[in-house]
Order: sequence, then C-alpha cells, then structure tokens
Amino acid sequence: MSHPLPINNQESFVLNLGPQHPATHGVLRVKLTMDGEYIMHAEPVLGYIHRMHEKMGENRTWAQFMPNTGRMDYLSALSFNHCYAALVEKAMGIEVPERAEYLRVITVELNRISSHLVWFGAFILDLGGFSPLLYAFDDREHILDLLESVTGSRLTYCYFRFGGLYNDIDENFVDGTREFIKTMRERLPMYHNLVTKNIILIKRIKDIGPISKETIRKYGATGPVARGSGIDYDIRKNEPYSIYPEFDFDIPVYTECDSMARYMVRMDEIEQSMRIIEQALDKLPEGPIMAPKVPKILKPPKGDYYQAVESARGSLGMRAVSDGTNKAYRLKVRSPTFSNLSLFSEVSEGMLLPDALALMGSLDLVIPEIDR
Amino acid sequence: MDSEIIRVIAFLVGVIAFAALNAAYLVWLERKEAAHIQRRIGPKEVGPFGLLQPMVDGIKLMTKQILIPDGVDPILFRLAPILAMIPAIMCFVTIPFSQELVARNINLGLLMIFAFASINVLALLLGGWASANKYAVISAARAVAQNVAYEIPMLITVITMVMITGTLNLNDIVAQQPNISQWYIFRFSASPLMPVAFLIFFVCSLAETNRAPFDLSEAESELVAGFHTEYSSMGFGLFFMGEYANIVIGSSLAVILFLGGWQDPFGLFPGVWWFLIKLYCLIFTVIWIRWTYPRTQFYGLLNLSWKILIPISLFNLLLTAGFLKVF
Repeated sequence: MSHPLPINNQESFVLNLGPQHPATHGVLRVKLTMDGEYIMHAEPVLGYIHRMHEKMGENRTWAQFMPNTGRMDYLSALSFNHCYAALVEKAMGIEVPERAEYLRVITVELNRISSHLVWFGAFILDLGGFSPLLYAFDDREHILDLLESVTGSRLTYCYFRFGGLYNDIDENFVDGTREFIKTMRERLPMYHNLVTKNIILIKRIKDIGPISKETIRKYGATGPVARGSGIDYDIRKNEPYSIYPEFDFDIPVYTECDSMARYMVRMDEIEQSMRIIEQALDKLPEGPIMAPKVPKILKPPKGDYYQAVESARGSLGMRAVSDGTNKAYRLKVRSPTFSNLSLFSEVSEGMLLPDALALMGSLDLVIPEIDR
Repeated sequence: MDSEIIRVIAFLVGVIAFAALNAAYLVWLERKEAAHIQRRIGPKEVGPFGLLQPMVDGIKLMTKQILIPDGVDPILFRLAPILAMIPAIMCFVTIPFSQELVARNINLGLLMIFAFASINVLALLLGGWASANKYAVISAARAVAQNVAYEIPMLITVITMVMITGTLNLNDIVAQQPNISQWYIFRFSASPLMPVAFLIFFVCSLAETNRAPFDLSEAESELVAGFHTEYSSMGFGLFFMGEYANIVIGSSLAVILFLGGWQDPFGLFPGVWWFLIKLYCLIFTVIWIRWTYPRTQFYGLLNLSWKILIPISLFNLLLTAGFLKVF
C-alpha cells in the first residue's frame, strides 16, 4: 500500500534505521525521512564496515588476496573464491582439470543453497516469524558440515586455488551430499506448507514492493531481484563459465515484480541447485584436482581482465588490471547487492515502514559485501 | 481482627502472587514451548528443567539500575509501568477461580474487567509518549489504533454473551454451563454462530494484549522494542508482567464466557483445577500461535477488524437477538 495523499513536508521527521538496528542485518544505516509511518525518502548510508578489500588486492600478491575473497560475502564465500580464481586463471591462461571444475560447481551450488536458507530464515524473521529461521539453520548446518569436511572452514572459505582446488573430496562427502539432497527435498514442501502458503505471509509480501523492469535496468540489479521482475538473466546461462553448460537446469523467472516473486525465485533456485549437484555427482570424473604446471609466483601478462559469476545474490564481477608484476595494478569488485540496494531509495518512496522492511529483506542484503 | 479484613488481605496477596508467578512462569513456558517448536531445548541450566530461571531473571531485573534518559517526561515515564500493572491486577479481583475462590463476586464483574483492562492501552500510550523516542511514539500510536479497533468487535461479542446469559456476574455465567454440552461455545440453541463468537473473542484478546501475530507495537524488526525501548530494570519488568497478566485475563475471560470456567466438562468434579487446566491450554495456544505465524501488516490488522470481525460480530448480535426473541 503506497501513500494515498500528497506528502506534507512540514510534518516529517528523520528515523534512523541502523547501524545498530535489528532490521538491517549488520551495519547498514538507512536514513528515513518519514511522514507518520510513510517513508518520504530513504537514504542508505554505507561505509560502516568498509575494509578496503579492493585496495588490499593491489597491495598483496595475486595468491595472497585469495583469503580476502571469502570475507566479502560471508554467506556465499565460494562464489567469490570462484570468481577470483577464474579471473586469475583467465589472465594466466591456466587450464583447470575437469574434476576440479565439477567439484567447484558442487561446492558453489551447496554454498548457494546455504545462502538461500539463511536468507529464507532471516526474511521471515524480518516479517516477525521466528521459528522458520531455526529450521533453515538446521538444514544449513548439514551443508556447513559437508563443506567443512572438504574445505576446512565453515564460513569464510578459501578452497579454490589457481588451477584447481586445495583438497579432494571423499566418499563421505558424496554420500553426505546425496543424503542432504534427499532430506532437503522433504523439507522444502514443509517450508512451503508452513510459510509460503501462510495467509499472513502472503498478505505481507504479495503485491508489496513492486520493482519494475525499468528500475531493475536503471540500477543494474541482478540475481533473484531481477529474475523476480521477469528479467531472465543468469550468468550461468547467459555468459557461461566453468562447466555449467553441461548441466540441465532451469532459471526460475517470475513476472509479478513483488516481494513474493523474489521469494519464490530463491525457493525455486534451491531446487535447481540440487538438480545441478545431483547431475554433477553422477557425472563426476576421476582425475587430478590441480593443473600440473602452475607457477609459484604469478605474473599475469599486461592487460585488463574481467570475470563474472552468478553468486547467490546476483551477478558478481571482478576486474583486474595487471601491469605484469606479481601484484594487481587495480582490482575492482562489482558486488551484486550494492546495485540491488541502490534501487531501495527509489522503490521505497511512499511505502509504509513495515512494507519497506519487507522489501529490504527481499533484496537479500549482505552488508560486508556492499561495503567490501 | 475482622475476618473481612483478613479476607481482603489474603486475596490481595494471593492475586498479586498469582499475577507475578504467572508472569514469571509464563515466560518460562514461552521459552520452553518456543524451544520445542524450534527443535531446541530451551532453558535447562538453572534448576531442574530450568525451573529456577524465572527467579534468576527476576533478581537480575530488580538489581538493575533504572535509567531515566534526558528529555523524558519524568512523572509519566515513571507512572506508565505502574499503570500497566495495577489494572491488570485489579481485573483478577472478579475472576472466579472456583465457586468460592473469588475475591469479590460483584454483579458487574464483566463490566469491571473491561473498564480496568482498557486502562492498559493508556499505559502503553503514556510510556511511549513520555520516552521521547521516535520508535516508542510510533509504537504507542500503533497500540492505540489497534486497541480501539479491536475493542469494538470484542465488546459486541461480549454484549451478545450478556444477552444470552442475562447477567454480568461471572460466577453466575459459569454456573449456567454445568457440562460440556452446556458450554456457551457449543450452545447452538442460543445462536448457531457461537464457535465463531468464541473465535472472534479469542482473536480480539490476542490483539488487545499485543500478542503475535498482532504484536505490531513491539515489532522488533521495525521498532526495536516498541514503547518500552527506553525502559530498563523493573520499569521494563512491570510492562512485561502487565503483558503476561493481560494474557492470563484475556484467556480467563474466554474460559469463563465460553468454556465453562471451573465446571467439569462431564459435570462430576467442578473446581479450581478445571479452570486452571482450561486456562493454561488456552495460553499454550496463544504461545503456539506466536511461534508459528509471522506478523501481520498494519492495514491488514485494521482491515481484519473493520471489514471482517465487526460485521460478523454485529450479524451474530442480530442473529442472537432474533433467536432469543423467537425461541
């Protein structure tokens, strides 16, 4: 429901949402100019968790920057790993063995599911339902255990190497992943019964927070936010990388443009990611997991390189300019939620505060990735 | 000493103890129940099954410093928590726990409860206003709009009940429901819509007590802690106790009006235990609802009241009047 009356400028006040506010998931601050409960203007204020990752990329050697990538988006760290590894491999012309590519896809997709599960729980938490969060975290726990067994860490992964992977998987991982997919297939209908079909939830997010195609294009929003507005754009299909073309999977697209559409896109993506993982496990080839001849000291030839991957939140791009030394001359990260957040100001104008928070939740913001 | 004075003191102490104990142990119940709904264990460290946890929490609350921020209205800020608690305790005076166990069996008992219960919203408004905090003011405004909207269908339903029972004396109302077929929720001879009337009453009591899914005034994802954002120590504690006391009163009224109060469902052993069993079943449901559903949106909440509950309860009122006239 948007503001029905012309907004009276004299009766407005400023409400600070954050940086320490339960709604903003981290240290995002939104300066809201309000007329009663209607938002006249919303201004996201960033920078509270800026750590200069991009500058660090210029001060460290190519390999030393790898752990940083896992610390930008703490919910889908492997996508950042993947993007950076693929970028440097492209610059150096390193061929990645097939088995390593399969394992990359399996772990990235697992990470995508876990990221969507956290989003699902946190989104319902924003809407006042506490319990689904705990169920989502229960499922996510299985993924974290699986990923821990191969990558060695649970959140800020640093698993990929230039030319391959740090560690091979074992039988337990394969069995555990198949077991997880089986339980997740049973849990998804439960989530839909408990949450998606709930009349209160439907009233809260259906037709709320409409983002038009034009707005999406204007701000360069990607990922589930764009796909919820009817834009069929997914890097995995549109600019294929790694071995995604070998798998049969769909890109869920909804044309309703509301928060419900974004919700459904993510819920369907969980299913699609499971399909990819299943196919990858079935076809998993034997072989090495590291390219044979990767130089110890990387010095990519002079040039300008760009690599994009589809992270859980949208199109993630990294651009590196190399001057032929062992450090990047310039490293730029294009993070998806930075663009997704920028449309919040325009879309939330005239909305009620709780609706705007539902909209913000549906954008799936991860603040350390916006600020970097 | 006069036996009447002893009686008054005994009931005063008893009612306060009941209210405080309920507030403390409903928190425990809420935490345990939420934990089991969410596949956790809940409090278990302090005492067996965490049963001493409420005591420890109480001690913690009482030993904290009461912070009174600059810029608040000093009198109203202190008055609001007291205003939240006292009317809640006053409401217990007329509630019949059993045929004999009632502090004051007043003929206007039902009216008195609603008179005192509506002071609660004033406490929320004063607390929010006096805090000089934007979140608190928004929350207080929400609480008032919500309470005004839901008082109407609730009172219409109560008027329907009074028409059927012909009395405002709560003990008499319970006496009219000696077994399960006579409970007013199933008294189809009075009106075929009695279960609906119970549902309306129950939903309204949820909304009146600001419980989920109608807890808009305490929406933590929007308004931090709502009207008690600035309260610490027992200021917060009193608001908290008042809230739980109001849940107990709302559920008690539902039990008395619709579920036969202290009467045995089979007409065998009426007594205080039946009242408590029914009461806690209802409270269990209230908590269950909170941990299952997300929060409603504000216009959804008002639409529910003005477009659904009020028309239905008015229709029920007319239908009941017709039934009473015809039969």
